[in-house]
Amino acid sequence: MSNFSVAFRRNDNIQILDLYGELDAHTAPELEAALQQCLREGRYQILVNGRNLDYISSAGLGVFMAYIEEIREKGGDLKIAELKPNVYNVFDLLGFPLLFDIVNTEAEALERFARQERPVPPTSPNP
Amino acid sequence: MVRALYTLRIPSSTRYLEVVRRFVEQHARTAGLSETVISELKLAVDEACTNIIKHAYKGRPDQPIDVAVLLEPTRFVVRIRDQGDAFDLAHYREPDLQTLIRRRQGGGLGLRLIRKLMDQVEYRSLGRYNEVQLVKHLPSATGTDAAKPPSTNT
Repeated sequence: MSNFSVAFRRNDNIQILDLYGELDAHTAPELEAALQQCLREGRYQILVNGRNLDYISSAGLGVFMAYIEEIREKGGDLKIAELKPNVYNVFDLLGFPLLFDIVNTEAEALERFARQERPVPPTSPNP
Repeated sequence: MVRALYTLRIPSSTRYLEVVRRFVEQHARTAGLSETVISELKLAVDEACTNIIKHAYKGRPDQPIDVAVLLEPTRFVVRIRDQGDAFDLAHYREPDLQTLIRRRQGGGLGLRLIRKLMDQVEYRSLGRYNEVQLVKHLPSATGTDAAKPPSTNT
């Protein structure tokens, strides 16, 4: 039994993934499958909404890490919005806000897609 | 010295990570730890068990992982034992996030998280089994420095 799920939503040309439950090494393959489906369908503007994500471990973060390069090479981006404080804290501990576009609201993420904004990774990382 | 000891044995499959998190959460909450510390302990124990499943047992799903919560006067300790390959800390280099992304690798961040989340992390290989201890210092009864070593009890 899995306590994690992904729901697909569209807003114009943005593919929104709503995450529910707990993302760990057991459930991370479900997120991976969802991202692979987006890429297969040629959807590279991906917004992950974490409003209902209760937990994440490094296995979950690893899925984002494994796909962000390919997504950006295709001219897209993966933005992350509405993380709960305890979940955001895990992203923050590992330095993800330097490399990923993590914003407070879905509306903000959509605006940043519209303006084609995304973070510029530092040339020398400062952990 | 140990005021209470609670144990749990799980098979080395990721499907039991949730069970381990609930186990640690329950005892941490009973011990009166803050929600922040409870979250940190759950994540650290998840990362440690995930590493054991992936590296010590190389994905074999039916090997034992023994988790114990030790309530000590000044520390909350989660002790995790496995009977797989020993972890070679001396040769472990922490990966750089940007390098992992360039290589499209997803793993390698668990140990870094554990170190950031815990006050103390100890690894030992004890013949048949390996042991890791995840330690959180408890706020002292006098409300003074929680980071004091246990020997300075008043």
